[in-house]
Amino acid sequence: MTINGWIQIALFCAVVLALARPLGGYMTRVFTGERTFLSPVLAPVERGLYRVAGINAAQEQHWLAYAQSMLAFHVLGFLALYALLRLQAVLPLNPDGQSAVAPDLAFNTATSFVTNTNWQSYGGETTMSYLTQMLGLTHQNFLSAATGIALAVALVRGFSRASAYTVGSFWVDLTRTTLYVLLPLCMALTLFYVWQGIPQTLGGAVEVTTLEGAKQTLAVGPVASQVAIKMLGTNGGGFFNVNAAHPFENPTALSNFVQIVSIFAIGAAMTNVFGRMVGDERQGWAILSAMGVLFLAGTALVYWAESAGSPVLNAFGLTGGNMEGKEVRFGILASALFAAVTTAASCGAVNAMHDSFTALGGMIPMINMQLGEIIVGGVGAGLYGILVFVIVTIFVAGLMVGRSPEYLGKKIEGREVKMAMLAILCLPLMMLGFTALATVVAAGLAGPANAGPHGFSEILYAFTSAAANNGSAFGGLTANTAFYNTTLGLGMLFGRFFVIVPALAIAGSLAAKKTVPASAGTFPTHGGLFIGLLVGVILIVGGLTFFPALALGPIVEHLAGGLGQTFAAGG
Amino acid sequence: MSNQLRPALVLLIALTALTGLAYPLAMTGIAGAIFPAKAAGSLIERDGKVVGSSLIGQSFTSDRYFQGRPSATSAADPADATKTVPEPYNAANSSGSNFGPSSAALAERVKADLAARQAENPGKSVPVDLVTTSGSGLDPDVSPEAALFQVPRVAKARNLSEDQVRILVDSQVQDRLLGLLGEPRVNVLALNLALDNLGSK
Repeated sequence: MTINGWIQIALFCAVVLALARPLGGYMTRVFTGERTFLSPVLAPVERGLYRVAGINAAQEQHWLAYAQSMLAFHVLGFLALYALLRLQAVLPLNPDGQSAVAPDLAFNTATSFVTNTNWQSYGGETTMSYLTQMLGLTHQNFLSAATGIALAVALVRGFSRASAYTVGSFWVDLTRTTLYVLLPLCMALTLFYVWQGIPQTLGGAVEVTTLEGAKQTLAVGPVASQVAIKMLGTNGGGFFNVNAAHPFENPTALSNFVQIVSIFAIGAAMTNVFGRMVGDERQGWAILSAMGVLFLAGTALVYWAESAGSPVLNAFGLTGGNMEGKEVRFGILASALFAAVTTAASCGAVNAMHDSFTALGGMIPMINMQLGEIIVGGVGAGLYGILVFVIVTIFVAGLMVGRSPEYLGKKIEGREVKMAMLAILCLPLMMLGFTALATVVAAGLAGPANAGPHGFSEILYAFTSAAANNGSAFGGLTANTAFYNTTLGLGMLFGRFFVIVPALAIAGSLAAKKTVPASAGTFPTHGGLFIGLLVGVILIVGGLTFFPALALGPIVEHLAGGLGQTFAAGG
Repeated sequence: MSNQLRPALVLLIALTALTGLAYPLAMTGIAGAIFPAKAAGSLIERDGKVVGSSLIGQSFTSDRYFQGRPSATSAADPADATKTVPEPYNAANSSGSNFGPSSAALAERVKADLAARQAENPGKSVPVDLVTTSGSGLDPDVSPEAALFQVPRVAKARNLSEDQVRILVDSQVQDRLLGLLGEPRVNVLALNLALDNLGSK
C-alpha cells in the first residue's frame, strides 16, 4: 500500500461526492417533469413518443399497474433479444461471421441483459455480431438501467407522498430517464473514451503482421458507445471477453478513473434525488454516508490483501503484490479499487481477473454483492435496495425503544416490514440454494477450473453475482453449459424481480399513508446514530447469512495459503 | 394487461431504434470524424504496413526484442477444433489465466518462468509482472523495472552498449498521469520499434 494509492482512493471519493449534488438536482428535475436545459431539443421527441405509444403523460399509475407495465416491457424486451441472438447469423452487421447463439446461452444472455446483470457465459469478440452488440446488448444496457432508476423513483414517491393512490407512470419515468439522463451523458462519455483510445468502428477485425512476423488478429468494433452505457448504467457487460481489462475497452489510467466514477455517479446522485424529493437533503446524505462507510472498509481490505500478495507466490521471493490477472497500467490499487466499486454497485465490469485475486481480496467483492449491492449499488437498484434495509433498521430501532417505528413521517407497519424481508431473503435463497445444488450434482461440479476451496468459491461467486444482478465472475468457472446457463438465468430473474415487486408494493403502501408530523420522540434519521445502526443491521444480516459459506471458500483458502498449501486440479 | 401492450411495444421499438441503432451509429460517425485513428484501433504502420496497435501487446520471443508479460490467451487447436492450444497475445480471444491464489498449476508456472528469467539475468530479482499473466492476456505494457531487467540480454543480442539501451528504455517510460493516476509503465511495442530504429541508424 502506498500514499499514492490512498490519494487515488481519496480523489475518487471526492469526485463522486462532488458530482452527487449537481447530478441529483438535475435528475430530480427530470423525474418531477420540470423543464431542463435539454428540453428544447428533447421535449418534442418525448411528446412524439407518447403520442405514437398512446401514453397520457399526465396519467399516473397505481403500484400494481406500474409493476405490470414494467413486467410487460421486460417480457417483450426479453423475447426480442432472444430472437436476435438466435438469428444473428442471417442478419446484417456481422463482419466476422458469428454463428447463431445456442438456445441455453441465448436464454441466459437475454435474461442477463434484461435484468441489468450482464453475466456473460460467452466471450464477446468470439460470439456476438456487431448488430447483436448494438441492437441487442447496448440497447438493453440503456433500458435495464432506466428501469432500475424508474423503480427507485417510484419508491421515493412512496415516501414523499401522503394519502396518494399512484406512484408515477412507468412509461414516463422510463422515457425521461433514457432521453434526459442516460443518452446525453453516454454521448459525451463515448467521445471521451474514443479520445482515450477505445475503438468505435463498424469495420471487421484487423489483420496485422507483428514485428516478429507473426499474424495477429485485432478484434475491434463499436466498443466505446457500449462501454459508456455499460459503466454509467452499472450493467457491466463487456464488449470483449475480459471486459475492462482489455486495452481496447479501458486503455489508460484516465479512462479507468472515469469508468469507475461513472459506475458510482448515478447511484450516488440517486441518494441526493431521494433527499430532495422527500424535502430533506440530509436524509440522502445519511444514506450515502452509510454506503461510504461500508465502501471504504471493503476497499481498504481489498487493497491491503492485493498489496500483500499471495503467500504461495511470495514464497518464491516475488514482491510487489498480486499481479496475476492484473494489467500493468492499472497496477494493484486501480485494480483493487475497481473490484470494490464494480461489486458495490451492481456493475460487474472488471479490469482485473477476480478469480486470480488473493483469497481475501476476492472475498470482499463477494461480500459486497451478498449484502445486496446496497453500497451505492446499481442505478436505482442500490437506492431501493438500501431503503429496504432502512425499513428493517427503523423497525429494529422501534423495537428497541418500544415506539411504533416511523420514517420520514410514515408509520412503518407489518406490511412494509414483511415486504422488506421478502426482498432481503430472496437473495440468500438464490445464492446459497443454487450453490448448494451445484456442489452436489455432477453438472455443477464439472464447472470449476480451480481445485480445493477456490473451486467452491468459483461456484459461490457465480450464483452470488447472478442473483445480485452483478455479472462479474470468477472467470475460471465453465459457465456456458446447460446447467449453469439455466440455473444462473433463474437466479438472475428471481434476484431482480423478487426484489423489485416487493419494493414497489412498499412504495404503493407508503404512498397511501398519511404523513405524521415529527415529534420529540421521533428517531432522527439523518444523524450518526442512524447511520451506525443502518450499517450494523446490514452487516449483521449479511454476516449471519453468508459467513458459513464464506468460511468454506475464501476463508479456508486464506488459511491454507498461509501454510503454503496449493491445490492441483484433477488431484 | 392489454392496455399495457401498445405502450410497451411502441416504446420498445422506438427506444431500441434510438439507443441500439441511432446512438451507436451516430457515435461511430462522429468519433470517426474527430478521432479517425483512435476509432479504428490506434493502428501503427511501418513502411506502409500495419504492424500492430499501440494499445495491444504482441508476443515477442526473440532475445533481440524486449518481451512483454506472459499471456494466457489461447486459440482453437488446428488439429481438433473442440480443443484449444496456448496462443499468447491472441487479440481475437482475450483471456486471463483465472488461476486462483492457491492453484498448484499457477505455482508451477511461476516457478518455471522465474527460473528462466533468473538464468537470463543472474543475481537480479525478477519483477513480478514478468512472471504473472495479465488480465487480458494482451497487456501492452511492462513495468519500468521489467524493461530494465531485460536490458543486458537485448544489448548483447544487438551488439549495443547497455547504457545505450538503458537510455532508450528511460526515454520510453510513461509516468503516472499528472503524477497521480495509474502506474509507471513502458509500452513494449513502442520500445521495440524505437529499438529497431536505433539499430538502423
